Amino acid sequence: MATLELRDIRKSYVAHEVIKGVNLDVADRDFVVFVGPSGCGKSTLLRMIAGLEEITSGELLIDGKRVNEVGPADRGLAMVFQSYALYPHMTVRQNMGFALRMAGIAKAERERKVAEAARILQLEPYLDRRPKELSGGQRQRVAIGRAIVRNPRIFLFDEPLSNLDASLRGQMRIELARLHQELDATMVYVTHDQVEAMTLASKIVVLQAGKVEQIGSPLELYHHPANLFVAGFIGSPRMNFLEARILGADGGGVRVALRSGAEIVVPAAMGGAQAGGTATLGIRPESLRPDPEGPIAGEVRLAERLGGLTLLHVTLAGGEPLVVQIEGGDRTGAREPIRLAVDGAACHIFDESGQALPALERHPLAA
Amino acid sequence: MRTTGRQLLLITILGWGVALLLFFPIFWMVLTSFKSEVAAIEVPPRLLFTPTLESYAEVQARADYLHFALNSVIVSVGGTVLALALGIPAAYAMAFHPTRRTRSTLLWMLSTKMLPSVGVLVPIYLLFRTFGLLDSRAGLVVIYALMNLPIVVWMLFTFFKEVPGEILEAGRMDGARTGAEFWHLLLPLTVPGIASTGLLSLILCWNEAFWSLNLTSSEAAPLTAFIASFSSPQGLFFAKLSAASTVAVAPILVFGWLSQRQLVRGLTFGAVK
Repeated sequence: MATLELRDIRKSYVAHEVIKGVNLDVADRDFVVFVGPSGCGKSTLLRMIAGLEEITSGELLIDGKRVNEVGPADRGLAMVFQSYALYPHMTVRQNMGFALRMAGIAKAERERKVAEAARILQLEPYLDRRPKELSGGQRQRVAIGRAIVRNPRIFLFDEPLSNLDASLRGQMRIELARLHQELDATMVYVTHDQVEAMTLASKIVVLQAGKVEQIGSPLELYHHPANLFVAGFIGSPRMNFLEARILGADGGGVRVALRSGAEIVVPAAMGGAQAGGTATLGIRPESLRPDPEGPIAGEVRLAERLGGLTLLHVTLAGGEPLVVQIEGGDRTGAREPIRLAVDGAACHIFDESGQALPALERHPLAA
Repeated sequence: MRTTGRQLLLITILGWGVALLLFFPIFWMVLTSFKSEVAAIEVPPRLLFTPTLESYAEVQARADYLHFALNSVIVSVGGTVLALALGIPAAYAMAFHPTRRTRSTLLWMLSTKMLPSVGVLVPIYLLFRTFGLLDSRAGLVVIYALMNLPIVVWMLFTFFKEVPGEILEAGRMDGARTGAEFWHLLLPLTVPGIASTGLLSLILCWNEAFWSLNLTSSEAAPLTAFIASFSSPQGLFFAKLSAASTVAVAPILVFGWLSQRQLVRGLTFGAVK
């Protein structure tokens, strides 16, 4: 059992505020991912939870108890660092057993726990090596093993996969997901990679410039982004944004006109937006499809063929760029005119301040 | 850059030249110490002569070498241990918990080395007299520790800075408090640095003459005072002076020779990465 609560957490350096009031509830066994561009404060926030950075104001509660003044050694948390931060002068066995040694646990018990963690992480053959004799992936696993042996209340991960190459990263991602299930642990994870966030998280916290932009499940963020920033950050390839004018609303939703004059009805409510006002229409590349009757016209500039999928980089009649994801078998190529159809239900409208107009219906997977 | 054979030859010759230039006075001193007093002042000096140990015998007859050597060992080791004991916590605080003024503090500490020692001789002398520290080993230990403290702190600070902060943070997350963090993580990782700092401090203490000549007379006098005692009373006797100097510098020469790898590594640490 471990829960974590952040109550209006703030952090400032001299006169400069870097974390601007974060509220968050992490339930037991949650896998929470902090995601955001570099410099958004996600690592600082994690370090504040760890106790490595002081909390300027606000309250941090672990299992309902305020821990602001408790040192990192006494919070009962384990952290995996971006650089792994293995102890270079100790063997893998000593690295993994260090926390237990600090806790004054008997040698036999220590050995048993290290052996158990080594088994889970398949590190048994390397127990007597030193970190410099290991590959990047193995070091990563030792860093995780060091966290596991302590049986901590909460695991903290600070961009743990960013030093690995792409294929290893994918593999470790799966291992982490498996580990989360196997250990039934509460985890807080920091990354700038939205794929890691989408695949690992039970709850994503999108941060920008020290503020929370949105908190929700991966599919909630994907299907119902709260604003332009989240819409642009979650999803790959990125959501297309087109300038639009709001024509009005009826039972079917909000009708908008693109610059080219094409009209699209999006099942959303007007919220604070006004008819006649400007807005941004968000369309994911995967919700567009080539259709000779489609309302959106343009020319294909470039076709990126990934095999199973093809990304078409289209320039609309008005000069706006648009990315379209189509089947890999489609023959459409560069310098061809194209017409596109779009499913209004998969579109998003953002008002002038960048806030999303509320959807009429929630996506079934984003409850 | 590729070094050609010609350049290599030039560099080799230059290297040997500088080395011989630096080594020559020591070589000449050792040579002179084996001459008789007459042969020592011969002009032109002779390279070939009948070696004699008479100067060494006279030196030992006039002063108890071991007494001075023991003092040198005690004050050098004592001063170094005290400087490390004070310098390690200071460097730790500055390296891992820096404030906006840390850099200035370090510079200020180093700037005290720019003050000529003789400038503070009178106040130090009076202090020593008041506290009964004149001609005491304890007094020399204190003054040597203070003398080397800026360099010790500066060097340790540089070594500590090389330790990735995340390793210590990982230690803290693993439940290590300050003491454990130091003993189990920082110390093993910086032993080479601490050792070369200690070596340098030892050598500086051993060779120090100004304070030992001014603050000691007989009881606590180290080898530097021993050498000096041969330079005055009955005029200059070069062979005896050379013999005294040779026996005084021999231990530290041997010590420096044995530890030179450690010393060079320490002094160039961080310069090349």
